[in-house]
Parts: sequence; structure tokens; C-alpha cells
Amino acid sequence: MMTVPLEIQILLAGILFLIGLVGLLVRRNIIYMLMSIELMLNSAAMVFIMGGAHWGQADGQVMFIFILTVSAAEVSVGLALILQMYHHYRTLDADSMKKLKDNKANANL
Amino acid sequence: MNTIFYITAAVAIIASLMAITNKNAIHALLYLILTLLSISVIFYTLGAPFIAALEVIVYAGAIMVLFIFVVMMLNVGLQEEVENRWLTPRKFLIPSLLAAILLILFMIALKDFRFENHPAIDVAPKEVGISLFTTYLIAVELSAILLLAGIVGAYHLGKQKKKVTHRFLVKQARIKK
Amino acid sequence: MTKFIWLIPVLPLLSFLIIALFNRVIPRKAVAILGVGSVALSALITIIAGIRFLSSPPEGGAFTTIIYNWINAGGFSADIAFRIDALTLVFCFVITFVGALIHLYSVEFMEEDDDFARFFAYMNLFVSSMLILVLSNNLLLLYLGWEGVGLCSYLLIGFWYKDPANDYAARKAFIVTRIGDTFMIVGLFLLFVTFGTLNIDTLLHQAPLKWSSGSPVATIAALLLLGGALGKSAQLPLQTWLPDAMAGPSPVSALIHAATMVTAGVYLIARMNVLFILAPAVQLAIAMIGAATLLIAGFSALTQHDLKRVLAYSTISQIGYMFIALGVGAWSAAIFHFMIHAFFKALLFLGAGSIILLLHEEHDMHKMGGLRKKMPVVFWTFLIGGASLSALPLITAGFYSKDQILWFSLASGIGSKWLWLAGIAGALLTSLYTFRMIFLVFFGEAKTEPKHQPGLLMTIPLIVLAALSLLGGFIELPHNLGPVQLFSKLLNPLFPALNLNENGSPEWLIQLISAVIAIGGIYLAYLIFNKKSISSDIIEKSLLSHFFYQGWGFDRLYNKIFVKPLVWLSQIDKKDFVDKIYSSVARATSYSGALLSRTQSGRLRWYVMVMVGGLILLLTIMLNL
Repeated sequence: MMTVPLEIQILLAGILFLIGLVGLLVRRNIIYMLMSIELMLNSAAMVFIMGGAHWGQADGQVMFIFILTVSAAEVSVGLALILQMYHHYRTLDADSMKKLKDNKANANL
Repeated sequence: MNTIFYITAAVAIIASLMAITNKNAIHALLYLILTLLSISVIFYTLGAPFIAALEVIVYAGAIMVLFIFVVMMLNVGLQEEVENRWLTPRKFLIPSLLAAILLILFMIALKDFRFENHPAIDVAPKEVGISLFTTYLIAVELSAILLLAGIVGAYHLGKQKKKVTHRFLVKQARIKK
Repeated sequence: MTKFIWLIPVLPLLSFLIIALFNRVIPRKAVAILGVGSVALSALITIIAGIRFLSSPPEGGAFTTIIYNWINAGGFSADIAFRIDALTLVFCFVITFVGALIHLYSVEFMEEDDDFARFFAYMNLFVSSMLILVLSNNLLLLYLGWEGVGLCSYLLIGFWYKDPANDYAARKAFIVTRIGDTFMIVGLFLLFVTFGTLNIDTLLHQAPLKWSSGSPVATIAALLLLGGALGKSAQLPLQTWLPDAMAGPSPVSALIHAATMVTAGVYLIARMNVLFILAPAVQLAIAMIGAATLLIAGFSALTQHDLKRVLAYSTISQIGYMFIALGVGAWSAAIFHFMIHAFFKALLFLGAGSIILLLHEEHDMHKMGGLRKKMPVVFWTFLIGGASLSALPLITAGFYSKDQILWFSLASGIGSKWLWLAGIAGALLTSLYTFRMIFLVFFGEAKTEPKHQPGLLMTIPLIVLAALSLLGGFIELPHNLGPVQLFSKLLNPLFPALNLNENGSPEWLIQLISAVIAIGGIYLAYLIFNKKSISSDIIEKSLLSHFFYQGWGFDRLYNKIFVKPLVWLSQIDKKDFVDKIYSSVARATSYSGALLSRTQSGRLRWYVMVMVGGLILLLTIMLNL
């Protein structure tokens, strides 16, 4: 019988989320960034399961299934984008992708 | 059961830390898989065996295999020197600080909640299935459409018919030249 | 017949549209046929309408036909509706008939111009606008026509736009008349606020019920309308634009700046007569402005070198006569003079146009001369026009119309001997400058050879107009000469009756004096400019004549009083102070925007970092830390 308090469970999910966040912030390689995002998604989904287990409702697991679906779709498209990116720029450096920078305004200043 | 929870939690935290700091992509992925597996064990201890199975099959199985394919295709394993350059210990400073602040805030927020202390309640896959196909039917159909869109998008983005496939990228490539 | 009234202004409008839209496609001949034909057809319809009108006068003296409801909003309603009564009929007749003749003349006059189609398009638009002006049954539609003719006037004065001087003249005309137009539109607002309608009939019926004679509101309303009339009719103090308006082609001067548009002010005052009767002070002002204008313009006309400028000042002066007539309440006399003036002034302008065209664009009268033998047709018609202008007794139409005005200026209850004296002095000036012009241009030795004789298209309008200038007067004879008063019989029902001053001088004496004055002026001109027995130095060379030549210095005065201060002010305000406030707001916005856009580094991880920062901030606030 599992009797760990819900606070501790959620804390675990929070720690995993923050580890994912640190990974997202630290890594420059875009594959690692995607991996970190997966980790964050997973920890967020975890909270649903924990809530569902605490109150004995099926909705938590249903939500997990939806998050799973979304992350599967996201990963497939994201990896395809990474492939294209590597194909065109021969790099996986996220910092070199700066096309969205507002060059005009910077030039004004 | 509680011991199992604490052990797997520790494994998950350590493995995920290894995953984000490791400089070898394949190793990092393997650590990530380890994290996912321990999460799956936690799900099992929480009384959600169906979800634990899904976690192993879909996450650790399918999604991570996709990652590994891509990593192998791109030969990221050979990038170790680049990673050395990119990933200096100083880079961890600010993100860790931010994460620590967030964690403190998170704990403060959590402190105010008073949850009833009772064992986790098992939810059988049957209940999940019934809920999924009655209450959440529309959401299920929407996720089906999302997956379809994901397939089409991944196919479109992934194919390499010509060297340049996208209009915008064509222009960019021209400018570069 | 009311069904066809709308065709009168629509035909020229249609022709304008066709020419304007397809001028690259249709040949010159078609343009000419369209341009002349549409106006001629309008003239025909007008004449038919006139015959119907005379043979079976409608009830209340007017046909009205509503074409369509133009505006209907918030208690205000204006129709596109046309109304034909005797006054309108006279104006329509002059506009379409003289207009058609001038269009015909223009076909030959503009033959070698590159912008033949543009010219006819503008002219047709003008005729259409002018007809809308006189036919409309409400003041709003009238104002549409009023602005339409102003626009066409601007376009046609600046017709040869490649010369900056012409553009300047066009702008001047537009801006100066705009001053009057502003007065007028304010007047329309006032009328609308008071009566809740702009329908002319209703206004004229309600005005005496609502306003007592001489009440301040009535005076203000009449003054505002008078302002509009002064601008359009080039009367003091807004007369300065008309002499410069001669920059346009001669047919334009003939049609717009002599025969029709400049008399729109006369039409407006005659149309709104009830309003002016309610404001006796304004009516007196009209007469005095007319008298002053006719003298000032007469003196200026005497000293001009440019053939067309003489005629321009003469036009101002003759409209001054019409204003005197309006001022003393001799409404039909004013309209009669308008009609006769349209005939002879159009004739004179067309004649002057032929002379200038055939003398290689020579405008200076001193460089002409001896054209009597070289251009006999032009000479004779010009002579008839000139005689009519100087009111040669008995045989010319101008005598009958001008004599009527002079007689009423003295005999009317409102008239006075000062107005009459001004009129008589003006008559002397008129015959003097007219025959100065004739002697300088047609007599003496020839200085410039004409290219060739004017063609048939140019001579026919001259001859027709000359005939009208001679015979037109016989439809309205003075009371003591014959029982023919067709014109006033037609018009008088429209206007309030005129109180005659009983103990005035006998009419025959007045007629005799004006006849003697006219002939005396001609003889004086003969002595000075043909026989040269009296030195012409005082007219041609003296300092005073230079003053007159420049139009009494009005241009310089206005330049000093209005233009210079305005330019000075705008110079000061070049870097607009008020704008500074707003532009500084705009600049601050764009600066802070640029500052913020620095955060748009394009680096994904930076964005995530900012999001985390925001998250921390939000959590801190939400947890009340």
C-alpha cells in the first residue's frame, strides 16, 4: 500500500520539471532541448496521474493519454524540423537560428 | 511500496540530471529512458498500471527510438568537442539559480495545501477506457486529427526531394549565396 | 413637359462623362459634335419648355419635378429636384443658347489645341453645373451647382496649365471665390437651423412669417448670402480674381467669366429676394457695393492695355449695374440687364478671342490697329457689341436694359440720386473705355497682320450674338416709348412689387441725359483716341492711370493685409508647436518600442529565460510574498 503524501509526490514532479527546465536553458544543442521538453511534459503529466490516484478519478489518466498524444505529435514534427535544420544549416546550434530577431528596430536604436 | 517510490524517485532525479548534463547524445538518451522507466514504476506504485505500460511502450519505446534514429542519422555522437565548448560549468549558474528560486516558490506554494493523507486509490484501465470514450470522446477525436496532422507535417518536413523544400528557405539560401 | 426638364442639365453632363472617359478613343470630330450637340439639344429643350411655359403657365408660376431623394437624414431632407419658373427660364435660355453658340465657336477656336477633348469636357461640365445651379429647387443642390461652376472655372482658367502664371490665376480665382462660398455655406446653415429646410419655395414663404423686417437674424442671413454672391460675381471687395481669370481661353472668358457664372450672384439675390427685402440695410449695401464696383472697375477698364482685361473690368462694372438694380428692388431690370449683357459681352469676348487668336496671341491693344479693313466681320460685330455695351440710344439692346436700371435707381423708393449719379458716371466711363478699345484696335494704322480670316464656325456665333445685342432690347421698352414690356410681364409675378418715388424727375429727362452721356462718351473717345485732338496721356501714362491700371491697388492691399501675415504666421508655425507634443509621444513610443525589441534577440533560450523570469514574478505576486 502506497502512503507517500501527495505533497512529496508533487514535489518530485516539480523537481523533474525544473531539471528539464535547466536542461532547456543550458543546452545549446537543439536535440537536447527537445529532450528536456519531453522531460518537462512528462513531469507535468505525472501530476495528473498523482491527482487521479489521490481522488480515485479516471480523468487524471485520461489527461495523461492526451498529453502523450500531443507529445508524440510534437516530437515527430520537431524531429522532422531538426532534420531540415541540420540539412540546411549543417548545425544543431539553437543560438544560430536567429532569423526572428528584430533587426530593423535594433538598427533604429 | 513507499520504499519503492522513494528509490525510483531518486533514480529518476539522478538519471534526468545525468541526461541533461551528458555530452554524448546516445548516453543522454539512455539516461532519459532510464528516467522514463522509473517514472513508469512510480505510476505503477500510484495504482495506474495501464499508464505505466503506456509510458514504457510509447515514451521509452516509440518516442525515444525516434530520438535515437535522429541522433544516429545526424551523427551527433561525434560532436563531443562542440558540446565541450558549448557546455561549460559557468553556463549552469544562472539557470540553476532560477530553478532554485522556482523550487523555493514551489515549496512555499505547496506548504499551504493540506491534503488528506490516505493511500493512493487504484484506477482500473476499464474506468479509464469508459471515461475516454464517453466523456472525452470529442477530445479523443481531436487528438486523432492532431496525430494525423503530425504525420502529414512530419512527412512534409522530413522529405528531402530537392535540396531546398521551403519557399522561405529558398529565398534565404539565395541571399546567403 | 415637366418630364423632360431633367434632360436639360443631364445632357451636357452625359456628354462630359463620355468625353472624359473615352477621350483617347473618340476622334476630335465626335468630341466636337458631342460637346456642341449636347448643349444645343439642351437649348432646344429649354426653348420648348419656355414655349410650353408661356402658352400654358403653370399654377403658382413654376413647374417642379423631383428626380430623386438625395439626402434624408435626421429631419433634413434634400431632393434632386428641378424647378422651372420665369427667372430660371431666362437663365436657362441664356446659359444653353449662348453656351451652345460659344461651344460652336470653340470648335474652331480650339482647333489646334492638343487638349481639345479636355476643353469640351470641362465646358460641358460647366454648363451642366450652371444649369443645376439655376434649376435646383433647394439651396443645397444650388450649392452643388455653385461649387461645380467654381471648380470648372478653376479648371478652365488653368486650362493651359503649363504656364505657371495661369495656374496662379486659377488658384487665385478659386481661393477668392472660396471666401464668398464660405460665407454662403454658413448662411445656408443659418437658414437650415432657423427653418429646418433648404427648399427655396418654403424658405421664401416662411421667412416673412418668422422674421420681421430688419431683424438682426434676417440681416445676418442676407449678409452671408450676399457674401457668396459677391465672391462669385466679382464685386467689391472680392473682385480681384476676375481680371486674372482672363488667363483661360477666350471662349471660357466669354461663357464663364462674362455671360453666365459671374452672374450666379445676381441669380442668387434675385432668387432669394424675399430675404433681402427683409433686410433693408443689406439691400442698400448691395446697391452701394454695385455703385462703388462699377466706378472702380470702370476706371480700371479705361487704363488697361490687354484687350481681354478691359472686357474683364467691364464685366465687373456691368455686374455692378445689376447689383444696383437688385439693391433698389428693380429685380426684373437686373435680370434683363443680365440677359442683354450676356449677349453683348459674350459677343465682345468672342470677337476679342478671334482678334487675339488671329494676331498670333497678341493681347496688347497698342500693338493692334487698323483691323477695320482686315477683319470686317469681326469689326462690325465688335462694333455692335461695343455700342450695346456703351448703351447707344434707341438702336442697341444695351440702351434699353441700362436705361431701365438708371431710371429705377433714381425712381425707386429705395433709390437715390447718388446711385443714379454713380450709374451715369459709370455710363460715361463705359462708353469711353469701350470706344477707346474699338479705336485702338480697329482704327489707326495696322501694326500686326492677321493670319487669316475667321472661319464660318467663328463668324456664325458672332453674327447671331450681334443680332441679339441689337434686337434683344425690343422685348422690353421703356414705358414712354412703347407698350412692349414682355420681359417684365414675364418676371414681375415672381418678385415683390416696386414702390416708385412719385415726385421724381420725369422719365424722358433721365433717358435723355443717359443718351447724351453715352454719345458724349463715344465722342470723347473719338477725340482722344482717333482724332488725337486731346492728349491721351492722362489715361495712358499718368501716375493715376497706373494706379487704376493695377486695379486700384487691391491686389497689393490684400497681399499686405492677408497673404503676407498668413505666410508669416505659417512660416513661424512651420515646425508646428502643437504637432511637437504629439510627435514627441510618437517618438517616445517608437523609442521604447525599439528598446523593447532589443529583447527580441531571436535566441530561443533567451526567450525561455525571460519566461522563467516572468513565472517567478507571477508566482511571487500570487503568493503574496
